[in-house]
Order: sequence, then structure tokens, then C-alpha cells
Amino acid sequence: MKLFMGLLCGALFGFGLALSGMTDISKVIGFLDLFGNWDPTLAFVMGGGILVSLPFFQFGLGKIKAPLFTDVFRLPTKTDIDGRLIGGAVLFGIGWGLVGLCPGPAIASLAYLNIDILYFGLAMLAGMFVADFVDGFLDKKS
Amino acid sequence: MPDAFLVALAGGICIGLASVFLMIMLGRIAGISGIVFSAAKTPVENFWSVMFTVGLVLGAFLFHLGSGSPIPDFDVPMPLLLAGGFIVGLGTKLGSGCTSGHGICGIGLLSVRSIIATCTFMLFGFITVYIRLHGGAS
Repeated sequence: MKLFMGLLCGALFGFGLALSGMTDISKVIGFLDLFGNWDPTLAFVMGGGILVSLPFFQFGLGKIKAPLFTDVFRLPTKTDIDGRLIGGAVLFGIGWGLVGLCPGPAIASLAYLNIDILYFGLAMLAGMFVADFVDGFLDKKS
Repeated sequence: MPDAFLVALAGGICIGLASVFLMIMLGRIAGISGIVFSAAKTPVENFWSVMFTVGLVLGAFLFHLGSGSPIPDFDVPMPLLLAGGFIVGLGTKLGSGCTSGHGICGIGLLSVRSIIATCTFMLFGFITVYIRLHGGAS
């Protein structure tokens, strides 16, 4: 059941990404072209997501004792604003602007069976593994 | 409101609902970069994340199958494609999240870290696109 729920949530998420236009890189680049010919459409995607997530996380979550299919809610615990957070976000923003794919749409649009999107995904995984290795190295040192 | 805005809003609501369901069902934040990484690094221990990743692809497939909406063009020069992918992977892992984890769940949690991360990657996305499309030489 747990696995089926994972699949189902992923499918709803992927459906939403494709419906919203986030898998269309020309639309994404249009949205990121704030200082040029800005297309505000995709701002509504994040708006719609937060419209649902904000009331739930602020008011709904506290009323539920535990998740239905696991023991505990795993919420982020880090609170520090550090170089990794900012540097990571800077790099991610640059990469997003270069191609127009962020991780969710990159995976969802594997459905389009375009080998180039697979290459993007593999490069993305390579980047994650390098960062993970560097993170582990830095943690050991400190 | 123009139809395109409503469609984007509806898509965003699906994404928000998927994030809420994932938290209620499995107690996890729907941060795609994190989920995909755990699916790749620890697929056996976190098999749910493999299923979620498969679901992402399936959901997009079903959308196009059901709606008949055309598959978007994707034409990016290979060096840009690989560099972009690598930097996105590097950045989301270092910064502990992407558009979904920071942008939708983190802002939903009113996490200061996520709000700062989201503003930062949006700003650098804007700057990068500006330089690419309007920046001098080309």
C-alpha cells in the first residue's frame, strides 16, 4: 500500500506538471524572462501549489497524529541560512535558466521519450552525486 | 482570467494536492530533487521514492494520452543540456531542494530557509535567461 501511495502521489504530481506547462521549456524560459518578454503564466503553478500546501502545513498537519502508512512525519529540521543553501540555490537557478528544466519536469518529461531529456536527467544525477560526495567530505572534515 | 492562467493554476493545485497527500500518506516532503536522489542512491531502502519517480513519468504520460495535448518541443544544444543538468543536480543537492521542496512545501511550511532559497534560485534563473536572450554579443 505504501508503495502504491508513492506511485499515486508521483503520478498526480507528474500529471500536474504536464498540465501546468512546466514540462514545456519554451514556457518556462518565457516565465524566467522577467526582465525581457515576461510570460507570467507559470507563476500560477507555484501559486496553485502554495494555495494548497500553505493551509495544509499551517493548519491541517497539526491535527493529524501520524501519517497513514508510516510512523512519523519527516519534516525538515535545518534552520541555518548558510553558504550551501545560498550557493546551491544560485547554481540551481543558473542551471534552470540555461535549459528550462527543474528536477520534477526533467523526470516527468522522460515520458516524451526524447533521448536528450534522458541525458539531462543523467547529468542532473551526476551533479547530485558529486554534491553528495563533496558534502560527505566536508562533513568528515568539520 | 485567461484560460492559460487557469490551466497553470489547475496544474499547480494538482502538484499541491500531491504534496499534501504524500505527507499524509507517507510523512514525506514532496521535494523532487531529494526523492529522485534517494531513488538513485538507496533504491532498496527507499523503494517508495522509486515508485514516486516512476509515477512522475506515468502521470505526465497519462496527461498527454488523455488530453491529446501535443508533446512540447525540446531542442537544446548538447553542451548546454549537459552543463544545465549537471548544475541543476549540483545546486539542488547542495541547497537541499528545488522548486517543489523549497518552492511549494517549504513556503507552505513558512520556512525561512526555503523562502530565501526560492527567491535566490528564481532571481538567478531570471538573470541567466536575461543574459542568454538579451545579453549583448548574440
